[in-house]
Formats: sequence, C-alpha cells, structure tokens
Amino acid sequence: MAIEITASKPAAAPQATAATAARPRSVYVYEAPVRIWHWVNMLAILVLCVTGYFIGKPLPTQPGEASANYLMGTLRFVHFTAAYVFAIGLLGRIYWALVGNAFSRELFYLPVFTRSFWQEVVAMLKWYALISREGHTGAGHNPLARIAMFGMFLFGSLFMVFTGFALYGEGEQAGSWADRLFGWVVPLFGQPQDVHTWHRLGMWYLVAFIVFHIYASIREDIMGRETVISTMVNGYRSPKE
Amino acid sequence: METFYEVMRRQGITRRSFLKYCALTTTSLGLGPAFMPRIAHAMETKPRTPVLWLHGLECTCCSESFIRSAHPLVKDVVLSMISLDYDDTLMAAAGHQAEAILEEVMAKYKGNYILAVEGNPPLNQDGMSCIIGGRPFVEQLKRVSKDAKAIISWGSCASWGCVQAARPNPTQATPVHKVITDKPIIKVPGCPPIAEVMTGVITYMLTFDRIPELDRQGRPKMFYSQRIHDKCYRRPHFDAGQFVESFDDEGARRGYCLYKVGCKGPTTYNACSTVRWNGGTSFPIQAGHGCIGCSEEGFWDKGSFYDRLTDVHGFGIEANADQIGGAMAGVVGAAAAAHAAASVLKRVADKRAADQNQTVA
Ligand code: HEM
Ligand code: SF4
Ligand code: SF4
Repeated sequence: MAIEITASKPAAAPQATAATAARPRSVYVYEAPVRIWHWVNMLAILVLCVTGYFIGKPLPTQPGEASANYLMGTLRFVHFTAAYVFAIGLLGRIYWALVGNAFSRELFYLPVFTRSFWQEVVAMLKWYALISREGHTGAGHNPLARIAMFGMFLFGSLFMVFTGFALYGEGEQAGSWADRLFGWVVPLFGQPQDVHTWHRLGMWYLVAFIVFHIYASIREDIMGRETVISTMVNGYRSPKE
Repeated sequence: METFYEVMRRQGITRRSFLKYCALTTTSLGLGPAFMPRIAHAMETKPRTPVLWLHGLECTCCSESFIRSAHPLVKDVVLSMISLDYDDTLMAAAGHQAEAILEEVMAKYKGNYILAVEGNPPLNQDGMSCIIGGRPFVEQLKRVSKDAKAIISWGSCASWGCVQAARPNPTQATPVHKVITDKPIIKVPGCPPIAEVMTGVITYMLTFDRIPELDRQGRPKMFYSQRIHDKCYRRPHFDAGQFVESFDDEGARRGYCLYKVGCKGPTTYNACSTVRWNGGTSFPIQAGHGCIGCSEEGFWDKGSFYDRLTDVHGFGIEANADQIGGAMAGVVGAAAAAHAAASVLKRVADKRAADQNQTVA
C-alpha cells in the first residue's frame, strides 16, 4: 500500500468512509502552533535578513544633524527585536516538538538508522532526478525535505542564534546575560570580526535554504500527489484528485 | 631585600615624586582616592618584584610605546624598576654579562619574578628564525618561564602572533600562550599596546602582587572590556547612519563615522577611544582614519583595512561573505530554475507519450 499514516494522535481529519478506506485521505499534519510559528518565523527571518544586510552594508548617508537621524539605530533595534521573536519562536517550537504530534518532531531528528529512510531517500532522488514519475506520499515531510530542514534550516537557525547573541553580548558588554551565555562563541571563531563574517555567511546559507524550500514546496504542490502549501495554512495534507 | 620605595629613592626619585606617582597610578587604574595611601604603603613595604623582559620575534614597537608613557614620572619609576633586571634591548649590559644577570635573577628570585615577553617564538626550522645569545628564543622562553610567577604577553605578537604570524607564517611564529601552558598569562594586545595601558598593568601587578582581573581571552578587564566603537566619539554619526563614503568626501570633512571605509572599531577591544595615544593627544579615528583592529587576533589576515566586510580564507577561497553567500544562493536559485524547466519538459513529454499510448490502444 502506498499510504502509511503514522500520526500518533488520532487525527481529526475528515474521515473517509469505510468503503473508501484504501483510498488516500486527508491527515492533520501541522497543528495550529506549528502553523503560527511557521509564518511568524518567516516574517522574522525576512526582517532579520533585510535589516542584517543593511547593518553590514549601510544605506547612503543621511543628511542633517546627527540627532535628527537614527537610521542605523533603528535598523539594529528592529534586527534585535526580530531576533528575539526568532529565538523565542525556536524555543517554543522545540517545546511543541515535545508535546505535539509525531509530525512536529520531524524537524528535529533524522532517522538515519532506519532502512526505510534511506530507501525513501533513493526514491526521492529518483523523483527529483525526473526518473521516477511518482512523488512522495505520506503525511509528513519526504526524506529529502527532512534532510534540508534539519541540516539547513535547523542547523542554520541555531547557528544564527548562537553567533547573533554572541554579537549582541558585545554591544550589551561584558557581564550582560548575552555575554555570559553566548560570549564563549567569539573566541571559537577567532575574533569578533570573524563572528560578523560567519553571521553574514549564515544569512546566505538560510537564503539558499529559503530559495530551495520555496521552489520545492511549489513544485511539490503542483506536481506531487498531495497538497503542500495549503497544508501549512489549514494543517491538512490532502490527496489531490 | 629592597622594597620598591628604596629602589626608587636609590634611583634619585624624591618622596614628593613618589607620592605623585602613587596618585597617578591610582587614577590610571580607575581606583578611588582611598587606594592612594594603600599603593604608597605597598610600595614602601613590599620587597621589589623583579621583572625580566624577553624579546622574541618582534619589531620593538612595544618597548617604544612603553618608554613614551604619558607622564615622565611613571616612565622613570617603572623603567627604573624594570631595567634593573633584564631587558636585552634597554639594559646597559650586553653579551655574556647580560645573560649572567638573567641567570642570577632567575636563581635568586625563583618562582617570584614576573616574565614580560615582547614578540613570540618561531617554531619552524627548529626555532632558528630567532636566536638569542646563540640559542633559539623558544628555549630561552621555556627556561625563563619555568620559574616565573606570571607572564605578561606584550602586544599583539606575544598575544596573538601579529604580522610575523600572518599568512602563510613561514617561520610558524606562535603566540606565547600556545607554547607556555602552565603559567598565568596576561595578554596586553595592541600593535603596540598603549603606553598607559602597559604601565598600568605592570604597576598593578607589582603593587598589588596579583594579576589583574582578566576577561575570557586573558586580557585585563580594566583596559580591554570595551570596544573602540563603544566609546567612540563618532558613534552618534554611526547610529544616525551618517558615514564617510570615501576619504575625500563631505562626510570625511564633517567627521562622520568611518564604518563604511573599513573601521574595525565595532570588533576591536582596546582602550584607544578612552585613553588615547601620545599622552591623550589623539587616536586614529580622531585623526580621520578607521581603526584597523590591531589588538585583535589575526588582524593582518582579514583582507583590506578599508573594507567593512572582510575576507574568508580557506578551501583556496579569498572572498567576503556577500561574494561567497551570494554565489551560493545564486547557484541554488539557478538550479531551482533549471530543475523547474526540466520538470515541465518532462511532464509535457510524459503526457505526450501517454496520449500516444491511449490512441494506440
Ligand atoms: C535569520 C536569522 C538572522 C539573520 C539572517 C541575520 C543577519 C544579520 C546580518 C547579515 C548582519 C550583518 C553582519 C555584518 O555584516 O557584520 C547581522 C548583524 C547582527 N545580528 Fe543578525 N541575523 C540573524 C539572527 C540574529 C539573532 C538571533 C541575533 C541575536 C540577537 C542577531 C544579532 C545580530 C547582531 C548583534 C548583529 C551586529 C549588529 C552590529 O554590528 O551593530 N542576529 N545579522
Ligand atoms: S568611527 Fe569606527 S568606532 Fe567610531 S562609531 Fe564609527 S565604526 Fe564605530
Ligand atoms: S584604534 Fe584600533 S588600530 Fe588603532 S591603535 Fe587602537 S586598536 Fe589599534
């Protein structure tokens, strides 16, 4: 059978009738907190990328008295605000992985020791190499998406939080909570300038992920056999007729 | 054993000058007036701690800075305390005589002297790139540090490696803390460090007989806990977004922030923006040039001093974050576009094949 549904909690999905049980049905994949987090997080990252880009490469000089302007100050303030949203959101998401359904945990680990995972990886590679005509089915992420989520998104995000708060601790100065908690990151990279460089590289790493993520979602939504984009809006993974 | 005070008097320093010196030291260390008598008392009663000053691979800019300490009094006093012992650049004795003094102090004050190191040992070619008294410097360093109470790493050379350790570092010049790992090491980075910072650190150690509080990287907190940027007088222009775009523009004449022409103030821990240089006269940013980050690790290897975004090295790449990251994101984007096109073509082809099959059937 093509469909293996592994939701741990009874899915509140509109149940297919017994007669059509063999046919694919909708599964409740993304619970509300996950969906809200996804979109809030998207906004935070967007704001972080734009403000961060201009912190490193500032806009043209503002004319007038210094006290009449606060452009860099504002950019930095917005960056730090979005950074808190981003970091606290990530913490909340980790909490939800503990209490949410099985799908909510997929972001945080890769079942690299199971055979089926690797079989699916091969199947997905064939699908993306345009060899196979059948896309992934199954309610959660396909294995390639999981690798990207784990290796690019999760790793990239944690990297940004650690390097970001290390830089933040420098502004807040020695002894601040950010310095105490994340100050050790700076010598790890060498010196503050290196942390800036890597923080900026990290942004591009996430941008690369985002390009890939958006492309894959849209493609899967169009060419695959199940819904993708609407799933992150209403929570249901549904078969496409 | 002689006390500090006795040594100073012997050097011809009056009691009045001595008390002035104590007051100056108290202020420069940022201590309250109540500490002044305590410093005086300590100097009067404590036996003098000898300082041995070794020179490895270096340019002597630390010594040059040191002897230009703002207040002549400080210079005279501190120098008289130090040159008494061993400093192969400043001392009168030379050759075997000098080496004999070194041995004598080491034996007499075993475990009780302070070792100040200017420069660093090169390790390649069996240390032959720096020879002191006929032997590789690394041997002298190890020998003298064995019975030292503490080690001061003067300047960026001893602290981080500096120019002789810059890529590709042919002599493998290595900072002191990577060679000596069993002694407390106080890093006083800078190329050179500010004179007042140097005298401040050494006076603190001699008078209080303990090492100053150090930060995570081993630098005295009293001089290295803030970045140039944190106390820069051009900071209002930074916050306002008013930058020098090139050195001959209107912004430069108006004294705007030097961030866009590569100022490393935001990533450099040093006391320049508070203590300044040459007796508090000025510092680079005040003179219209950005900070080059001379007190930070590997500042020679971060690309141009005039670029805000500095280079990444490794894997044969030498480019800044935007060049590398932009290329990476661009490749992913192009790959996605190409894959999209291929997917569409494949689908059209599949459909055509299916249609044909149907008509055949
Ligand atoms: C998606 C996540 C993030 C992105 C894309 C991002 C992007 C950037 C970029 C591009 C810069 C400029 C780097 C430079 O050229 O020097 C920057 C600076 C900075 N970021 Fe982030 N950042 C993110 C998350 C964070 C977080 C979580 C924090 C934590 C508070 C943070 C704090 C900072 C700080 C303190 C700076 C330096 C500001 C300054 O130099 O004045 N960032 N960020
Ligand atoms: S000139 Fe340099 S240290 Fe001063 S505010 Fe601008 S970036 Fe910071
Ligand atoms: S301003 Fe910067 S480069 Fe200049 S001496 Fe101070 S730390 Fe070194």
